[in-house]
Amino acid sequence: MKNLFLIAKLDIRESMRSKWFFVYLLVFGGLMALFFITGITDSVVMGFTGLSRLLLIYMQVTIVILPIFILITTVKSISGDRESAILEYMLSFAVSLRDYYWGKMLGRFFIVFFPVILALVLGVMWGVFKGGELPWKMLFIYSALLFSMCAVFLGIAFFISTVVKSHDVALGASFVVWITLLAFLDIALIGLMLQNRWNDEFIISLALLNPMEVFRVGAISLFDPELTVMGPVAYFLLDTFGHKLFIAYSILYPFGLGVIFAYLGYLYFIKKDLL
Amino acid sequence: MIVVKNAVKSFMGVKVLDNVSLKINYGDKIALMGPNGAGKTTLVRSILGFYHLDSGDIEVNGFNPNKHRTKVLENISFIPQTPPPIKLNIEELLEYVSKSSKVSPQTIEEEARKMDLNIKKNLKKPFFKLSGGMKQKLLIAIAIAKNSNILIFDEPTANLDPKAREKFYNLLKELDKKTSAIYITHRIEEIEGLVNRKIYMDLGKIVEDEKIVNQDVK
Ligand SMILES: Nc1ncnc2c1ncn2[C@@H]1O[C@H](COP(=O)(O)OP(=O)(O)O)[C@@H](O)[C@H]1O
Ligand SMILES: [Mg+2]
Repeated sequence: MKNLFLIAKLDIRESMRSKWFFVYLLVFGGLMALFFITGITDSVVMGFTGLSRLLLIYMQVTIVILPIFILITTVKSISGDRESAILEYMLSFAVSLRDYYWGKMLGRFFIVFFPVILALVLGVMWGVFKGGELPWKMLFIYSALLFSMCAVFLGIAFFISTVVKSHDVALGASFVVWITLLAFLDIALIGLMLQNRWNDEFIISLALLNPMEVFRVGAISLFDPELTVMGPVAYFLLDTFGHKLFIAYSILYPFGLGVIFAYLGYLYFIKKDLL
Repeated sequence: MIVVKNAVKSFMGVKVLDNVSLKINYGDKIALMGPNGAGKTTLVRSILGFYHLDSGDIEVNGFNPNKHRTKVLENISFIPQTPPPIKLNIEELLEYVSKSSKVSPQTIEEEARKMDLNIKKNLKKPFFKLSGGMKQKLLIAIAIAKNSNILIFDEPTANLDPKAREKFYNLLKELDKKTSAIYITHRIEEIEGLVNRKIYMDLGKIVEDEKIVNQDVK
């Protein structure tokens, strides 16, 4: 356990110095802070009347870009080190594979989630500064949703990173994952529904299996219970499951999926050749 | 202390280790030679637990390197073929090494000083930004400071200038009598004075294994 935290700490320090983290912090930290701030003031001032157009755009952008950012920056953490022989050297010391893998994972999780926490803090400070009741519950749930979203893409990225030997292939694979999930967001699903190619149950299942869509519906419904802009699949989902149940699902499912992928990656890591 | 029994390892259908058996005793100082692609690195990596053999068995001090990684690696110091582009700075790297291997950073600094490498001056520098020779010296200092009873060096002097090479030899001459060492090398004349056994590999097999009497080796 001691080594696990050591590895996490060193990975965090290394990431903090890197350029990609700087960009990530700026883009997502900034984006999310703005989002929280305006979201909070909107709801504080107007009392949950809903989401402004601008906010909606931010949210959609986050949904689309955050996963690919997590994927491409994380997928190199094992495969890149393997290719450059860093892994060979680091693992020639007496650290267990369990400590190494989960330590790297913990470090990455912190780095990916850090801008979210930062944004949250900024948002809360802004809310306090503006005065009024803070929508604590909303903030909490939205953070949980983001946490879950980070978890699922980190899990997938670590899985790819351990299974694929070369860094280029790993990058390609994460791109394919991203495009596939993107293709099955609401917009595309509507098309399929309208054309009546597939039956509705199948399309609904697809939506429920897609962590990106689950996050999207969960997150937007949090701010706009009226669901004016979400699309028919989302509407159907919320109507069938009810808001509370769906929110619970949109937090638990991506997290669970991430854990499964991370664990599969771990099994591969300990059972197969390391180099 | 290292026993390799009928080790077979293939990559993509090619047997890179073809039924290799080998026993390395306390105090053996080995020059491991052979053409490129002979399987030297693969053998050494199998001993370090990086590969899972197709068949056969390896034991280091009685432990299997895959099943008891940490027990095996506690006693091994390893220097790879080329210094990897580690992005940690020196201070962080030393923290990693000292905490995972129970050596103090001071000991590493002392060993480095014997090769004219001043670590204190470079603590905040990322490892990959050091010059080739400095990297190599640091890796050597770490390997020696660990005070392991097995040393495995994959072409250790490749990046060193003649003077540094000399210092490197002097350090290795100090090795304990009971310490075992494996030097993978193409230039036997460079480490001749350090070894008491020569192993020659080709096409995944050990084709020659001779003990040599060496006055200089303890
Ligand atoms: N991880 C690997 N995957 C596929 N092939 C490998 C791998 N490692 C080594 N090889 C192949 O095995 C052979 C022996 O390699 P190696 O043990 O590095 O030889 P040496 O160190 O004696 O030059 C080479 O043909 C090499 O291409
Ligand atoms: Mg080699």
